[in-house]
Amino acid sequence: MDYSQFLSMKQEIALLVVFVLVFFYDTFMPKSTQKGLPVFTIVLTLLATVAGFCTCCLGTADSVVSFAGMYETTPVIAAIKGILNVGVVIVLIQSIKWAGSDSMVVRRGEFYELLLTTLFGMYLMISARHFLLFVIGLECASLPLAAMVALDKYRYESHEAAVKYILTAVFSSAIFMMGLSFVYGLTGSLYFEDIYFALTGKMSTLLVVALTFVISGIGFKLSLVPFHLWTADVYQGAPTTVTSYLSVISKGAAAFAFLVILAQVFGSLYSEVWEGILYALIILTITVGNLFAIRQRNMKRFLAFSSISQAGYIMLGVIAYNTMGMAALMYYILVYIFSNLAAFGVISAIENATGKVSMDDYKGLYRTNPRLSFCMMLAMFSLAGIPPFAGFFSKFFIFTSAINNGSIAIYVLVLIALINTIISLYYYLLVVKAMFISEDECVIPHFRSACSERIGLWITVAGIILLGIVSCFYSSLLDMASVSSIGMYFIG
Amino acid sequence: MFSDTYILLYFVAIPLLMLAGVALCRNIRQIRTVAVIGSTALIALSVVVLLRYLNLRSGGDMSPMLFVNSWTWFEPLHINLAIGVDGISIAMLLLSSIILFTGSFASWTIEQPKEFFLWLILLSTGVFGFFISVDMFTMFMFYEVALIPMYLLIGVWGSGRKNYSAMKLTLMLMGGSAFLMLGLIGIYYHSAPAGSPLTWNILEIASYNAIPQNWQYFLFPMTFVGFGVLGAMFPFHTWSPDGHASAPTAVSMLHAGVLMKLGGYGCFRVAIYLMPFAAKELAWIFLILTGISVVYGAFCACVKTDLKYINAYSSVSHCGLVLFAILMLNTTAMTGAIMQMLSHGLMTALFFALIGMIYGRTHTREITQMGGMMQILPYLSVCYVIAGMASLGLPGLSGFVAEMTIFVGSFKAGMADYLAGAGSLRLVFTIIACCSIVITAVYILRVVGKLLLGPVQDEHHRQLTDATWWERTATATLILCVAAIGCFPDFFNNLINTTFSPAIFAVLGM
Repeated sequence: MDYSQFLSMKQEIALLVVFVLVFFYDTFMPKSTQKGLPVFTIVLTLLATVAGFCTCCLGTADSVVSFAGMYETTPVIAAIKGILNVGVVIVLIQSIKWAGSDSMVVRRGEFYELLLTTLFGMYLMISARHFLLFVIGLECASLPLAAMVALDKYRYESHEAAVKYILTAVFSSAIFMMGLSFVYGLTGSLYFEDIYFALTGKMSTLLVVALTFVISGIGFKLSLVPFHLWTADVYQGAPTTVTSYLSVISKGAAAFAFLVILAQVFGSLYSEVWEGILYALIILTITVGNLFAIRQRNMKRFLAFSSISQAGYIMLGVIAYNTMGMAALMYYILVYIFSNLAAFGVISAIENATGKVSMDDYKGLYRTNPRLSFCMMLAMFSLAGIPPFAGFFSKFFIFTSAINNGSIAIYVLVLIALINTIISLYYYLLVVKAMFISEDECVIPHFRSACSERIGLWITVAGIILLGIVSCFYSSLLDMASVSSIGMYFIG
Repeated sequence: MFSDTYILLYFVAIPLLMLAGVALCRNIRQIRTVAVIGSTALIALSVVVLLRYLNLRSGGDMSPMLFVNSWTWFEPLHINLAIGVDGISIAMLLLSSIILFTGSFASWTIEQPKEFFLWLILLSTGVFGFFISVDMFTMFMFYEVALIPMYLLIGVWGSGRKNYSAMKLTLMLMGGSAFLMLGLIGIYYHSAPAGSPLTWNILEIASYNAIPQNWQYFLFPMTFVGFGVLGAMFPFHTWSPDGHASAPTAVSMLHAGVLMKLGGYGCFRVAIYLMPFAAKELAWIFLILTGISVVYGAFCACVKTDLKYINAYSSVSHCGLVLFAILMLNTTAMTGAIMQMLSHGLMTALFFALIGMIYGRTHTREITQMGGMMQILPYLSVCYVIAGMASLGLPGLSGFVAEMTIFVGSFKAGMADYLAGAGSLRLVFTIIACCSIVITAVYILRVVGKLLLGPVQDEHHRQLTDATWWERTATATLILCVAAIGCFPDFFNNLINTTFSPAIFAVLGM
């Protein structure tokens, strides 16, 4: 075996090094130095991120296929991993206060290690070109997450959420692998490329069933309707930091992997099978997510449903099935990471200070905590797609890429999605209304949030404002997408 | 500094500077100073641009827009920051800066002034950006920037059912912009003939004129309805009365005076300018709808007793007339439409300013609870009468000029249709719309009679004091402008007439 192949896995190896160092620090360093663990982890992750971006931006990230075609890395893949990394860094910064709290301080090492493991799994999901590797990545990304959800050991909801999460994760993996076994039976291979060529021009009922199983398996991870039922409970029960991780990073990775699988494995069945399935899923996801979000009073449940509907918008980039769609999807994930983490940053700051997570508690917040309210408002506007914030650009680009497809059906789909943005605007404005307009006797008193929380919020706010107006982010993603190997699977 | 290349960018730069200035201010005096200086600078800038423009036009520059410039923004999607103005945009820029100026005076003693002015100036940034854009993407972006501050402006500083109204207004306008966004993306994908790169630039799309006819049938209604919602087109006008009634004074002024013009301007600049074929074919649908707006709005104003509702419905009626005239698709009516935008913008801002001032004193807007204001508040009452006379079309004031031009143009279009055997729809609707003048007289005179003349209803009102100096500044400025349009219609007529680019009107057969 040629061991130099491992060199192509630069980002994975960097992550692994971070993991090992954090593990050693946590295990072997004396107790007096343990205070530095969060900063140590953040700095290392940041270094890995910067290194990844350097190779990516300097053009030295090349397209390599290694391990007999099981593993692939291209500039696009390096970029999406970099985007996830940025999100992880922000999550880690926001988590410092929580990780230093009395009940967590002895266990925070576990939190970092589990988080890095799941990130490693997501890397594999994204880079895999063979279903075995993919499944390893999928499991690696799901199972530790259940432990993370249960980290609040002494809270009942945390356990309940963990059990719900692990049951659905295992169940969805089972369905996914059932689908894979059908595919294997039909084609005799688990390599993406082999399956693609074996399936070209071959339609059968079994194939449709297999594809449905595969889609629903990943649909669980992405919480597409009707596979979303676990989402709200898990988001509510998990510690807020874990919820934010779950809602952006895990979702972003799954969305990209979904695009890769649908294009590289089942691309030949686009118009015959999965365009229709995805069409229905998108409409259901956006609409149901939005309608349920209207009724929520708990901020975490509220963002759970909002993130369900956001997943529907992300899927528009998949159904577009072109290079522009792929770039728009990645850009959407990037912007979504910043917007959602801004919202979660405010929620966890308030939760850490007062323990309140209900929307009714936010009434009159602007009078006592104007800056936090302002951040929250920016996050809500960005999620709703209001210019000049980044969310507007990401929505606009994803709609534009979907319509590039040209059929009337897609126009109808985009119109439905657009009408749904109005519904979503309604409930995002409810938060703004609670903070800015409503008056309440028991307002959350003024408090000074921790330095780490403020840094996290500054980063996200800067992202919300700059990611859209500064055009190079989207343009460079599009440049990378147009030379990627997935590009050749797209029509036109 | 005032080179032709960059001069238009100051329309966005000055509000942005004002935003920064207000953010740094410590007390209300400083905020007032920033607002007044900034808006004065904007008026001066509009005048400079106006004079430069007329100068260039008289020098024989016949290009469809002047001061055109473009900077690449999102290159792969052909999105540029493209700017340019013609006579219509300049008229609108002038209007917006005047209303912002008077609006600053009208909110002299507002509570939480910092936040209020931040939102108000953000709103006007959107407005100015919209009027200077010739790129559909930036145009749409500025359009939405102008809409969203309304939610907080009404929600926080409003009165009455403010939560309901703010939400209704925001959702309806954003709903309109959802259709609009689809329409614009659709236009983009059909903007250029095969072989040429796609474009968002309105001037390029108009010069290609390549949108296939079957697509025009789909995209024209999308964009027209999208902008029409903001232009208060029946049946999408219902946000307007509630929104205006609940909004604070300066916001009502800006909203009715300027924002509703965004609708009319957009209908003209995007829907009709880019898709003349569909405009010609489908005009009858929207003609009926806008015709209903005109008459229905006027009738509603007759039965309302809340001053703001009366004026809001009168706005529906007058703005309906703008869209109505645009759809006549001939030069006279379109000139009238632009005049009406100017005239209605100034007049309705004056109305809302006066209503705000009266409400601030009496704490009621019900005309049944007030009376004899002429004895108590002579200055404000006289201003109110002047605004009313402008609204019902007294010669010498702006309303007469605008409505006269519109009806002459519409009648011409209607007769031409009728003589060509193309049906009498236009003619019939012109006659129906003409009736609105009479109805306008009814509701204006009713308010004048009830509110200003007659006996004093409430003895407490006798202690009220007349206008302060800042209120006088706001109203006097608006009255001067209304009178200027009424006395020198030729000037504005020429300004607008320098606009119509031959290319697009050749398609319409004008």
